[in-house]
Amino acid sequence: MAKMSVDDKLGVDRFLTDEGNPHILIDETYNDEKQINRVVMACPAGLYTYEDGKVSFNYEGCLECGTCRVLSSGKLIKSWSYPRGSKGIEFHQG
Amino acid sequence: MSEERFDAIIVGGGLAGSAAAYTLAKAGLEVAVIERGTSCGSKNVTGGRLYTHSLRRLISDFEETAPLERKIVKERIVLMTEDSATTIEYGAEKLKDDSCASYAVLRAKFDPWLAEKAEEAGAFYITGIRVDKLLQKNGRVCGVIAGEDILEADVVVLADGVNSILAQQIGMKKELAPHQVAVGVKEVIGLDEKTVSERFGVNAGEGVACLVSGDPTGGSVGGGFLYTNKDSISIGTVVTLEHIGSGKGVKVPEMVERFKANAVIAPLLAGGELLEYSAHLVPEGGYSMVPELFWNGVLLVGDAAAFVISLGYTFRGMDFAIESGRLAAETILLAKEKNDFSAAGLSDYQAFLEHSFIMRDLRHYRNMPQFMDSPQMYKEIPALADEILGGMFVVDGSASPKLTTSVLSTVNRSVSLTELVNLGLKAYGAL
Repeated sequence: MAKMSVDDKLGVDRFLTDEGNPHILIDETYNDEKQINRVVMACPAGLYTYEDGKVSFNYEGCLECGTCRVLSSGKLIKSWSYPRGSKGIEFHQG
Repeated sequence: MSEERFDAIIVGGGLAGSAAAYTLAKAGLEVAVIERGTSCGSKNVTGGRLYTHSLRRLISDFEETAPLERKIVKERIVLMTEDSATTIEYGAEKLKDDSCASYAVLRAKFDPWLAEKAEEAGAFYITGIRVDKLLQKNGRVCGVIAGEDILEADVVVLADGVNSILAQQIGMKKELAPHQVAVGVKEVIGLDEKTVSERFGVNAGEGVACLVSGDPTGGSVGGGFLYTNKDSISIGTVVTLEHIGSGKGVKVPEMVERFKANAVIAPLLAGGELLEYSAHLVPEGGYSMVPELFWNGVLLVGDAAAFVISLGYTFRGMDFAIESGRLAAETILLAKEKNDFSAAGLSDYQAFLEHSFIMRDLRHYRNMPQFMDSPQMYKEIPALADEILGGMFVVDGSASPKLTTSVLSTVNRSVSLTELVNLGLKAYGAL
């Protein structure tokens, strides 16, 4: 099988995005580089990026695993909840 | 849905939740299951294999209707380096016995089946609704709050999974710590049914479970897994959150690519098509991670209760989930007879769990998480296997040293004898 990017893999999944209503909020001014890099490395969906000293996050494509919450709740992660009912990832294999 | 009242509300329509709902509904109780996904299983992921002993106790003829992928008849353990794999394969007729049968399953297909069984028994399912909070009055849980709606019940069963934010909200459970949970990343790769059987050397309906230590995680504490489904393969990696970035510093999403690219794995997947990419947390802390299991008006089951055993060569969680759901339901039936849903009235749950395989096995393997945390298992041991077997099987006409001498020198070079003995002792203590 040819190597696939994480974005391409997420493209195969089915999402019902809750437009304009992110279920995870991050502190964009947070600057502990070690902490940030840990979350960047850990997110299975590769949704965290850290470039030029700025961390950014996109909740679309979230697989709702909770990894970032466990690693950085109260630090980089300001708030974390599951998406509203019926929103977010919808697994058809699981 | 305000003003409605149930005997029991179950948060989460996974295996633990539906096993509880099935048992309660069959006994005639009014049960509501609230699931945040559009359908049961749509938020759930397994590696995965289901050991069926507890399901058989619940629904003895499950094999007639349940969406089971393949019966696991071969077990493979692989020690993997970047360019080698040492595999042990075990196959035995007894693996097929009803008493211990295990099947590969896919949760988005399996969970709706169990939910349907509970519905047929009389349970009421509400899907696509997220429970935001537990309703509490006079120091006890007495219902749930979802948006503007309030639903009341004598007792609430939290079957809301590993993160169980609801149990954390009421202080039954602490925030998860990075050494207690691992993140599993999985791909389901579609292949036709005949190809799966041929590539894994199994008959139709039969399959293989494969667990891998070493290279997939780049030496971080964790491993790879592969299960054969009917016409697909579930393949992925699991890594303890605390160790992400250790070893070769491989990013989590790259681990599965690394695993798939390994020379012994790639041919098994050739021509396959990615059907789904998923991720999920696995509670791996074992016995020491089990939270408070009951309180006034509330019980914890399944992953929310951290009922999972991770032994490296096998993983169990779904059989625990089903049994804990059933036992929580039995507890509620007794509490209803007494009309006492306080912590005291629900304390039979602890006794039921203690007498079941759940607490027996969790306690038996309580030292396993520490053993699994030994970094040598993921780096030095696979490398050692490679060096020893490479020494035995690489024949190029040059002089071969005496096998025992070469093994000993390999051992001393990659990991000291003392370390090996210590590792062995740790394993002895854990198993």
